[in-house]
Amino acid sequence: MFYRENGQFKTSYAADQQIFPILQDRVAILILLAIAFIGVPMLASDYLLRAILIPFLILSLAAVGLNILVGYCGQISLGTGAFMAVGAYAAWNFGTRFPGMPLLAQILLGGVCATVVGVAFGIPSLRIRGLYLAVATLAAQFFIDWAFLRIPFFTNYSSSGNVSVPALFAFGLPVQSAMQKYLFVLLFVVVFSLMAKNLVRGALGRQWMAIRDMDVAAAVIGIRPMYAKLTAFAVSSFIVGVAGALWGFIHLGSWEPLAFDLSRSFQLLFMVIIGGLGSIVGSFYGAAFIVLVPVALSGIPRWLGLPLPVDLIVHIEHMVFGALIVFFLIAEPHGLARLWSIGREKLRIWPFPH
Amino acid sequence: MTQSTSRNDRIGEVILDLQHISLAFGGVKALTDISFDVREHEIRAIIGPNGAGKSSMLNVINGVYTPQQGEIRLHGEQFRRMTPRRAAEMGVARTFQNLALFKGMSVLDNIMAGRNLRMTSSLFAQAIRLGPAAREEMQHRQFVENIIDFLEIQAFRKTPVGRLPYGLQKRVDLGRALAMEPRILLLDEPMAGMNIEEKQDMSRFILDVNDEFGTTIVLIEHDMGVVMDISDRVVVLDYGKKIGDGEPEAVRANEDVVRAYLGVAH
Amino acid sequence: MAFFLETLFGGLMSGMLYALIGLGFVLIFKASGVFNFAQGAMVLVAALAMARFSEWIPRWFGFENMLLANVLAFIVAAAMMFLLAVVIERLVLRHLVNQDLATLLMATLGISYFLDGAGQIAFGSSVYSINVGMPKEPLFILESIFEGGLLISLEDLTAAVIAALLVAALAVFFQFTATGRALRAVADDHQAAQSIGIPLNRIWVIVWCVAGLVALVAGVIWGSKFGVQFTLSTAALRALPVVILGGLTSVPGAIIGGLIIGVGEKLSEVYLGPFVGGGIEIWFAYVLALVFLLFRPQGLFGEKIIDRV
Repeated sequence: MFYRENGQFKTSYAADQQIFPILQDRVAILILLAIAFIGVPMLASDYLLRAILIPFLILSLAAVGLNILVGYCGQISLGTGAFMAVGAYAAWNFGTRFPGMPLLAQILLGGVCATVVGVAFGIPSLRIRGLYLAVATLAAQFFIDWAFLRIPFFTNYSSSGNVSVPALFAFGLPVQSAMQKYLFVLLFVVVFSLMAKNLVRGALGRQWMAIRDMDVAAAVIGIRPMYAKLTAFAVSSFIVGVAGALWGFIHLGSWEPLAFDLSRSFQLLFMVIIGGLGSIVGSFYGAAFIVLVPVALSGIPRWLGLPLPVDLIVHIEHMVFGALIVFFLIAEPHGLARLWSIGREKLRIWPFPH
Repeated sequence: MTQSTSRNDRIGEVILDLQHISLAFGGVKALTDISFDVREHEIRAIIGPNGAGKSSMLNVINGVYTPQQGEIRLHGEQFRRMTPRRAAEMGVARTFQNLALFKGMSVLDNIMAGRNLRMTSSLFAQAIRLGPAAREEMQHRQFVENIIDFLEIQAFRKTPVGRLPYGLQKRVDLGRALAMEPRILLLDEPMAGMNIEEKQDMSRFILDVNDEFGTTIVLIEHDMGVVMDISDRVVVLDYGKKIGDGEPEAVRANEDVVRAYLGVAH
Repeated sequence: MAFFLETLFGGLMSGMLYALIGLGFVLIFKASGVFNFAQGAMVLVAALAMARFSEWIPRWFGFENMLLANVLAFIVAAAMMFLLAVVIERLVLRHLVNQDLATLLMATLGISYFLDGAGQIAFGSSVYSINVGMPKEPLFILESIFEGGLLISLEDLTAAVIAALLVAALAVFFQFTATGRALRAVADDHQAAQSIGIPLNRIWVIVWCVAGLVALVAGVIWGSKFGVQFTLSTAALRALPVVILGGLTSVPGAIIGGLIIGVGEKLSEVYLGPFVGGGIEIWFAYVLALVFLLFRPQGLFGEKIIDRV
């Protein structure tokens, strides 16, 4: 009875089109942001920040990018890891070859490079779809894996293909302690998620969804499939590239191509499916789920006094993820996001059953 | 029921002229040497038995199919090849026999998608949304809400179209076409699968669109009552050929047409 | 010249190995339109079963005859794959009948992960060996023409022959048996097949069983050559370009595609590799498939893909 919309009449279209039209939602989001920006840095341990929150945020951002491509525009991509790699390596190259360049510029330029590569590998989507497009994106994944491993130019001729970043500064402030890194990443995630949400609820988002749902009809109302698909690849790759740069710079510190391999691509796809295809907030749910399951699988048995060997944990993880993918695809293709909104619907009429 | 004289007065010059259109798929001849014209502000019906090529004709008009022979003259410009996008830009909108709605989107979003050609905000402006992009969105929302009012589907604006009953989905299809502010509206069996009440509603909508906005309407329809009632002129197709063309009364009396519909062996 | 021929033969052989896995993809796609991403995991699970059962069965029943152990292990492993097919059809496929292909693809990806984890928990995750008596000595041929003769792997040759026999058997099955006919009908049009009384669910179980059997044969051959380990399931990803090239609906296409990819990979690695830093094998097959997709998506022998307006 506290989640009622009684008395909340919208008197303008602007009010109706807010991202969070219900007052209680707006309050909840403000509280969440306050916790994220103020509460967490004050209270969270270093371990929580480094091992859980920072990876969660960066992977959520990548999942938002992938969701735009797969969930909103309906183009399958199995090469997301590769686009993250492009973002990371490009940003590193800019930083190494132009020592004075600010961190923000390095990361954004990394995103731009990922955009170029993403659009290039997105061109096949104009002629092929479904499984065949998946194969094209796999080609991107394997080719880019190889490129960063074997073309010495990209790693500035380092012998192992391993690159690392120095101590980071943004606008003169250090980005080195766990809390500083967390806030830096949080800012990126909030800003980019907001922009992504604006895009998907505007004209471009409608174009993407039209192409996803029925591209012939889309052409008839004047939508150009080429423009829609390539912008989807472009925006998605940009966000994924930025996430890749953040992953390398902030979370890993030093990395090799393996950090962005095919299993990373699958991991992101799973986040998007479990969290909800076509839902920005669903990307966050999916990322949270995928980040927390391994933590739970190793933590709970240890807490119960029966620690499990690492490889067994990995196998159980695979089983759990696989089973959940199948479950969600059968029972609720719109994933956790839909389950959450069903839950909210029930909450709106609580304590009545219907 | 005779056409009101005010309707006849409003009918203008030829805006769509199809010249010797022939269309074949492999060995199947869908259309053979079809020529007819459509005048501005009129309601032109295309009728004929199943498989006569009526939908193919509409597909040729808005560029989904390219005919092997023939040309299209639209708003005075001659076209050898038409594409769906060019047709849309030149003010041709259409609905589909099997409903081509965007099932994953709400009613509002489906109809807003029809405003696509008129929305000009850049990608960056849309990402930031404050200012020009937001204003443009509101402006088009206003227009679309008028269409929603006109079609009496206000209660369903946020519902995903996949969940609506068939009759309402047909209205959304019409709404999306209307959102394009078309000069020519192609309707492919808008009343298929409807009961009498729904047909009366749809007929009213079609007549209102023609009256209030002056939109030229080309419609494929099987219900003879509707065709005779609302159309100004009729084209009859059979096996891809034109067998009748003129006012409804004249066409109804045409022997060839009667034979085609009653199925005498050819 | 001798070296070139050796590389060529080596490529042909490895192509046949890919084709063995590719056959599984083609079978399932041909009969149900589903692309089975889990084929690789099925090969892994089948190979694991074969390897472990051939160890355990002699121990459980107290005998030492390797041949008997292998035969029994094969039978048990095959039975397990059939059971797997039934379970997959009942738990997953049945519920996704009307979904679009992208959904089905992702579902098989989920199955793949599940099988990967479950298989290794059940059978263990070390490297195991399969010993079914494949010849291990090299064969030297054409000693009269080339000095020392050309080195051919007898094991690979045997594998190629087995693969060819399997393809022939499958071709006969599809063309000349009633079930094969039914499978072809289902592949053509699910609804039409259903409306003439073909039991869709049972057909799919049969297809997945046959694909499981093919996976078992592929698993035995690969496992015998390389040892059975978890990387086997990703090896299957190498077979995907093979079926794209050959055509997803063509059984002989899988072989031809396999040969082309196998030869192409080996030759490009040997002759182009040194110029660009090596390791080309990783992506050569996929880029070749990509080029095909842009100009001839149905592959060399597949059916043309038609999109209806």
